[in-house]
Amino acid sequence: MRRGRDWRPQLRAAGLALPLVAFVGVTFVAPLATMFSRSVYDAVVADALPETLALLEGWDGESVPGEEVFAAAARELMRAQEERVIGQVAGRVNRVQGGMRSIVAVTGRRLAAAPDGSWRETFVGIDPAWGEAGTWHALRTAGERYTSRHYLAAVDLRRLPDGSIARQEEDRRIYLRLFARTFLVSLSITGLCLLFGYPLAHFIAHAPPRRAGLLLALVLVPFWTSLLVRTTSWIVLLQGQGVINDILVALRLVSDDGRLALIYNMTGTFVAMTHVLLPFMVLPLYSVMRGIPRSHMDAAASLGAGPAQGFLRVYWPQTLPGVGAGSLLVFILAIGYYITPALVGGSTGQLISNMVAYHMQTSLNWGLASALGAIILACVIGLYLLYERLAGTEGVRVA
Amino acid sequence: MARRTICRFAANGFDSTLRAPSGVPPFVYTEQDQRVTTQADPHVEFEDIAKSYDGRVMAVQGLNLSVRRGEFLSLLGPSGSGKTTCLMMLAGFETPTAGAIRIAGRSVHALPPRKRGIGMVFQDYALFPHMTVEDNLAFPLDVRGIGRDRRGELVDRALKLVRLEGFEKRRPGQLSGGQQQRVAIARALVFEPELVLMDEPLGALDRHLREELQYEIRRIHRTLGVTIVYVTHDQQEAMVMSDRIAVLRDGMVEQVAAPEALYEEPERSFVARFIGENNRLHGRVATVDGDVCDVKVGAQVVRGYRVVDCRPGDPVTLSIRPERITLHPEPGVFSNQFDAVIEHITFVGDHLRIHMETCGRADFVAKISNVVGQGAVLEGDEIRVGWTAADCRVLDYGGAEGAV
Repeated sequence: MRRGRDWRPQLRAAGLALPLVAFVGVTFVAPLATMFSRSVYDAVVADALPETLALLEGWDGESVPGEEVFAAAARELMRAQEERVIGQVAGRVNRVQGGMRSIVAVTGRRLAAAPDGSWRETFVGIDPAWGEAGTWHALRTAGERYTSRHYLAAVDLRRLPDGSIARQEEDRRIYLRLFARTFLVSLSITGLCLLFGYPLAHFIAHAPPRRAGLLLALVLVPFWTSLLVRTTSWIVLLQGQGVINDILVALRLVSDDGRLALIYNMTGTFVAMTHVLLPFMVLPLYSVMRGIPRSHMDAAASLGAGPAQGFLRVYWPQTLPGVGAGSLLVFILAIGYYITPALVGGSTGQLISNMVAYHMQTSLNWGLASALGAIILACVIGLYLLYERLAGTEGVRVA
Repeated sequence: MARRTICRFAANGFDSTLRAPSGVPPFVYTEQDQRVTTQADPHVEFEDIAKSYDGRVMAVQGLNLSVRRGEFLSLLGPSGSGKTTCLMMLAGFETPTAGAIRIAGRSVHALPPRKRGIGMVFQDYALFPHMTVEDNLAFPLDVRGIGRDRRGELVDRALKLVRLEGFEKRRPGQLSGGQQQRVAIARALVFEPELVLMDEPLGALDRHLREELQYEIRRIHRTLGVTIVYVTHDQQEAMVMSDRIAVLRDGMVEQVAAPEALYEEPERSFVARFIGENNRLHGRVATVDGDVCDVKVGAQVVRGYRVVDCRPGDPVTLSIRPERITLHPEPGVFSNQFDAVIEHITFVGDHLRIHMETCGRADFVAKISNVVGQGAVLEGDEIRVGWTAADCRVLDYGGAEGAV
């Protein structure tokens, strides 16, 4: 008789999972960790100007700093110029305060080994901005290794020179509105998917097996088709000279000059995303509905319930796990959706992920992109936990 | 005249009631059964019902059936015999292709299921899994707008009827199969319908539970006096529970009778084969004399009781119950006495099954009770066997031995 538990089978099983663990680690956990660290950690300026920043620690923050700070800044900016990191430094400082890019870059270029009188005069000679406290504030803020400024920026806040937090200037508040729009759009698309998907799933789930198989395949074909193909198909259909407008014009429902703007705006985003995400609603609903025997509705009828009562009190409650799972899937996918709004959304149909992509690829503000991404992730996790809480153990698990 | 008094009771030594010539219920049974047979108030009537799902194959055809008020009637038949179709038409889930169904004299053709006021127990119970037992039972009352107090009262009473007090707050998923079935029965009864339909309600349960619930359903039927139409393919279940059984085959009624009558007096070879066990002999009628006729089976002539209308030369099937076969009969006691060879003997416990070859059949079976002195035979013995003409029913030719 062997005593205790034999762990060897478990170990063997765990060993078989190792490749997957490694894969997930490299492709999922590591990028995620990098993203988080980028959203709070940025050492470019701190590494380039260590002495200057150290000296600025003792600065009162109101007057222009002393000559030794200018001297250190001069040394380090010249070195940055030599090592070709001045552009990165300028870019970082620019994010804290607009216009700083050229000030830093030009200064780096024009500084000579020996000062023209004092370093301070040389700096102010290159750009008068160096004689203002705000410039040095920007430099000091950009020099923080660990910073909350990306997260603040992501929710339209900023830190004032005195350390307090204030709202972003009116014309620079874009993210909160974009978050709100993304949530609203995702919610509406979830609603539309439910509206279209529920009857469809019901029909498929209770159709004779052969027809059900065919219908399910029809739902799955778009699911298997490339996302780009589907999205560009919508462009073909919806554009100004597209199929739908042509038909409407041919039917004289709209004039040739008054073709409807169905794409490159919010309408396009709605139509294409609802279509793309519909299978994610239909499939969980279908699987739940298929588990509801026909006899339940028969029983409801034989017990005296009308069709509406039977549906509301017997059928609908039993499909709630599917409704929850499908809605959660669609909502989460919609919140992070990028390609479809990017292709068919135009300027008014952009969502928060398009802004993340913009900061990743165009403005190269990875810190802000990471912060935006982290906020989306937190929202999704929060929603999932809420769903788990509400659905309890009876709900269909989606993760 | 011997042939006039041919009757199984006479043969078995009971006080007999003479068989009426036309084949209408001849027996006076227990008080219970008498109540049923004498009460001719039809609760449900099927009149010339036909049903086809695809327009070609008939699931049910030419079906006429009358269910009496307060009766427990079983629809019995093999799968595909149309019994569930009949039930579904009665419940309103299917529409007859032709004919009329009347409940309490009123045609229900245009009445949707919810307005028929029929309690129904489904094969898979069809309990609502998201509701507690209490809510399941309250459902039919709720949709009828019955007030809270009265509702609670009726729910309690129904739970008590099926002996499930204390299970109010459980969900169906937390109950055993037998308990779920009790809940399903209670739910079908809670709104006090006069007619309750049960579609193979015990099919999913094991044998022990099934027997227990058979008894329960029977008890409930007696307590409430409701009319129950019960569908089953299990002939033993139908025998145990029913006042009358309608045997269905290929969408037609073969015979409707009390269990005892079905067993003792099958009118069709299918019924004889389907209800209980039978030895079957095929032959041609030699002579007919009133209720008795001689049938030539191979080289032998077997005397039987004529059920089917037949003339000399007609092919017929003879049906003899295994327990009515006597081993080692005194010479001249039975009109049928033949030589037999014991093939083998199976010990079943309360009885022995003697497999033998006789009258050209190698699969002839006799059942004898496991009592000292009975059937002192050994395998390989050559013996005489015998049975009365009354126990040997001459039925329509049932063809080859098809599976039932």
